[in-house]
Amino acid sequence: MGILDSKVPSGPLADKWTRHKNEINLVNPANKRNIDIIIVGTGLAGASAAATLAELGYNVKTFCYQDSPRRAHSIAAQGGINAAKNYQGDGDSPYRLFYDTIKGGDYRSREANVYRLAEESVNIIDQCVAQGVPFAREYGGLLDNRSFGGVLVSRTFYAKGQTGQQLLLGAYAAMNRQIHRGKIKSYTRHEMLDLVLVDGKARGIIARDLVTGKLERHSAHAVVLASGGYGNVFFLSTNAMGSNVTAAWRAHRRGAFFANPCFTQIHPTCIPVSGDHQSKLTLMSESLRNDGRIWVPKNLEDAKAIREGRLKPTQIAEEDRDYYLERRYPAFGNLVPRDVASRAAKERCDAGFGVNKTGEAVYLDFSAAIARYGREKALTMGLQDPDKETVTALGEEVIAAKYGNLFQMYEKIVDENPYKTPMMIYPAVHYTMGGLWVDYNLQTTIPGCYCTGEANFSDHGANRLGASALMQGLADGYFVLPYTIGDYLSKDIRTGAIPTDSEAFDQTEAEVRERLGRFFQTTGTHSVDYYHKKLGKIMWNKCGMSRNESGLKEAMKEIAELRKDFLENVKVPGSMEGMNTELEKAGRVADFLELGELFAKDALDRNESCGGHFREEYQTPDGEALRDDKKYNYVSAWEYTGNPADARLHKETLVFENVEVKTRSYK
Amino acid sequence: MNLLLKIWRQNNSASRGSLVDYPISGIEGDMSFLEMLDVLNEQLIAKGEDPVVFDHDCREGICGSCSLMINGEPHGPDRLITTCQLHMRKFKDGDTIVIEPFRASAFPVIKDLMVDRSSFDRIQQAGGYISVNTSGHTVDANAIPIEKEKADESFAAATCIGCGACVAACKNASAMLFTAAKVSQFALLPQGQIEATDRVLNMVKQMDLEGFGNCTNTGACEVECPKGISLENIARMNREYLMASAKG
Amino acid sequence: MSGFAKSSIARKVVMALSGLFLVLFLALHVTINMSSVISPETFNAWSHFMGYNPVVQFLMQPILIAGVVVHFVMGIVLEFQNRKARPVRYNQYRGSANAPWVSRNMILSGLVVLAFLGLHMYDFWLHEINYKFVEANPEDPTRYFEETVEKFAPLWRTVLYVISFVLLALHLWHGFASSFQSMGLNNKYSPAIRSFTRLYAIVVPLLFIFIALFHHLNPITH
Repeated sequence: MGILDSKVPSGPLADKWTRHKNEINLVNPANKRNIDIIIVGTGLAGASAAATLAELGYNVKTFCYQDSPRRAHSIAAQGGINAAKNYQGDGDSPYRLFYDTIKGGDYRSREANVYRLAEESVNIIDQCVAQGVPFAREYGGLLDNRSFGGVLVSRTFYAKGQTGQQLLLGAYAAMNRQIHRGKIKSYTRHEMLDLVLVDGKARGIIARDLVTGKLERHSAHAVVLASGGYGNVFFLSTNAMGSNVTAAWRAHRRGAFFANPCFTQIHPTCIPVSGDHQSKLTLMSESLRNDGRIWVPKNLEDAKAIREGRLKPTQIAEEDRDYYLERRYPAFGNLVPRDVASRAAKERCDAGFGVNKTGEAVYLDFSAAIARYGREKALTMGLQDPDKETVTALGEEVIAAKYGNLFQMYEKIVDENPYKTPMMIYPAVHYTMGGLWVDYNLQTTIPGCYCTGEANFSDHGANRLGASALMQGLADGYFVLPYTIGDYLSKDIRTGAIPTDSEAFDQTEAEVRERLGRFFQTTGTHSVDYYHKKLGKIMWNKCGMSRNESGLKEAMKEIAELRKDFLENVKVPGSMEGMNTELEKAGRVADFLELGELFAKDALDRNESCGGHFREEYQTPDGEALRDDKKYNYVSAWEYTGNPADARLHKETLVFENVEVKTRSYK
Repeated sequence: MNLLLKIWRQNNSASRGSLVDYPISGIEGDMSFLEMLDVLNEQLIAKGEDPVVFDHDCREGICGSCSLMINGEPHGPDRLITTCQLHMRKFKDGDTIVIEPFRASAFPVIKDLMVDRSSFDRIQQAGGYISVNTSGHTVDANAIPIEKEKADESFAAATCIGCGACVAACKNASAMLFTAAKVSQFALLPQGQIEATDRVLNMVKQMDLEGFGNCTNTGACEVECPKGISLENIARMNREYLMASAKG
Repeated sequence: MSGFAKSSIARKVVMALSGLFLVLFLALHVTINMSSVISPETFNAWSHFMGYNPVVQFLMQPILIAGVVVHFVMGIVLEFQNRKARPVRYNQYRGSANAPWVSRNMILSGLVVLAFLGLHMYDFWLHEINYKFVEANPEDPTRYFEETVEKFAPLWRTVLYVISFVLLALHLWHGFASSFQSMGLNNKYSPAIRSFTRLYAIVVPLLFIFIALFHHLNPITH
């Protein structure tokens, strides 16, 4: 076990959380008034934690780089949120949700954490409805559910294509209530640039006011990092432009272990890159795969002709199309899990069958669904022998009712009518399962430094199921952290306010100032984005959907060189005073350039394929992932030692007592 | 395509700003409007000039950060989208594009095209919530059945992303559509009834305090709203407000 | 309650209510005036009643004047507030892209109508005050028709009246329907209400214009 103590309570799985809550120390209400908590990030995990902690009586300070807490990237989640409510009576239960999540994560997550998540999922829905979150409803007035990939029940609650926004607005409203009461002080357009440790405990942060440019010291008895994932290490991802790893990475450098950095989810249905100018990628909901058939041309000449604009997809005859998912995975077909679908698309495009000008796109075709729905509709309308046009028109109506807003979004971006021409899609980086290592209490390896939501590693193993990210963020924030943090803070009731004029604050602030100042002493000509794009290319090509030993070694070397070049040569205009968006980006990219190397190192260490991590050396003869449970049944927790390449590995061995570890198969 | 950009440059909230001309070439129709500005900024940085500052984040039309007045319209000439979803194919080679910040006394300019919309946050802090504790122990979600039509209407109001286009478009810089969307979202739900009176009074009071203008029912906000929030919400808020005032 | 009076919504409602009251008054006014085209006797009888009935003179008339004053004072107050809400104007503002001209220029149409009201008061109301109280003439129930027609003899005044009523039509086109929205009425009946208000906004000013032109073209010859 080494120095990693997961602090998982003993006892039967289903009783662990209840028992733990009964046994941990509490802080009495009068004492909570004397305790300050800093929360970095105001997405679902941060906003919900802030609201609950403030409500319990703690003094909370929240920090976000956006201009309002409500704009954190949780807002972009479309599909839904899982909860084992069993409202549909289809046999769902917390155990089933737990099991699906463990299996979906390819057996690389901690049983006790996942079970707790499944247990709390039911409370989330109750809570959100009480707060006025407008979930979709049936005509009877009760909540509606839909099903998502990788599961056999309908447990996903949703608010059209805006579930993330509605849930975040709910958490933000709860925050607003506490801001109004004076229990939360919200710092917007502030970025945490370092964690301050006093006597080995997290006692505050150094933040930069992005408007004035001033460095500020903020002290607290505990610091919660809810700063999201690090998908932007790839430059192009579905993350927001500002999403970054800085808060987590700075904590890592101060002693928090970073777990499983190479576990990244690449979502199969995104709008493909259109050119070098591309700044970010847009996700199309996974639900499209229910009706769309994915294909590329069978013949290389046809693919080439399409890329050169000499041929249209609709001109390719049925027998000349390769529905490769249906071919390879007859049982699941187009509905294989995200990681499998993504890799299959890459395999075809790498083989030269890509269908847009960059060669990195496959078709998602609705014509079969339109014809099928059209015929069904014609039948129900009593039309005998309808002509083709009528069938198509009727079918398009059905498709529009189901996916209208997505089709409209696609048309706005690509300028092609997806009803008439097949959509083009390609996988894109979407979510990072890895993150700061935390124990059962969500505490990192730094005492007093907690980590919640996407920023931690805890619940999704090597692959996350759809509609589970929102669930984790809210469970952590509303129901887990507020209890577990009390155990730690109960020892701080006599500490009193933490002064910000201590040597620790002086020194940390000086280090931040020095780090930022260095960006203005460079002599090069390339902008921050130039380096970020280069890093993204390395990551995508060598640490992306499939990885191999030599590529990962090259990646480590190239990233280290790029980092050196960046630190010496990046051009940042302006000064530290006032608003300087390039300086903000420079700080973030500097941290990505370190994380990227650790990412590659982690992927290199893990000589197996599991979930989002696919090593070409470890696959079955027909190209499926090959997990190695004997050697790699552990969480990789990396300790910073001064250079990402020299990070020290600590292993938390995963124990599965309640599920049978099996091979995932979708054939 | 080649374009002439006229962009508002202003160093900080205290300084005076002005429009500055930036000719730009090599713009492709597939670029989003913000990607076009990225291209400009890369050129400015290469020349050692300060890049143009503008708010943006998700770049997929949902976070509500981006906020440009493009050729006299918030989020540009296209409808039901935000600036980040506007593509350059909506413009022609040789076009002149005037880019200004959203303007209102309640939205002071921070720098260039970036404005401070914290007034929106304060309006919501004044009452845009249901006072329920978040630490659990609420009733079962299905114990509160809600008529589907009402739930859908509430959702439609709740789709507001708080971008401020309504204020920017309004000739009076009024925030009625925003505030009304927030009031309506709760007013339409049974959970929101308990605090309905105080909510509308407090939110409207804060809206007035922030210095937004008055609604003259021009309907510009509804047209420019990227989420298509309906004017019906304003009527609903007026109604709620009058009833709440009558109650005292 | 003082909070209520200062609130933007309350002020809007005051605008709406005073506006609706004036709309109602216009209906009465145009009805009486129409009688001048059809029957000078009826017109004289009506006019005399309005001029000498104590309820009309000492109750209705002050209310009407108050309505007008409230409507335009509040309108101007709101206009100033609205201008203050955007101290730095846009260099380019395409108001036409998202709102009709009439809705954006209520202050303009309103001020023109107000200026016209000045002329109108001078022409008729001041004249009456002078006739009744300053010169203290005896009651003459037959004079109104002739006096009215004479007013429209000069072309300039007729033209001014026509222009003013066109502006009044524009003002009503937006204002009448808008007042319902201000008072919180926006539902399935709203399209019908809007159609009615727009019909009203055209028909009533058109009738006034017709009356003015009719009298201009049919002077009393004796």
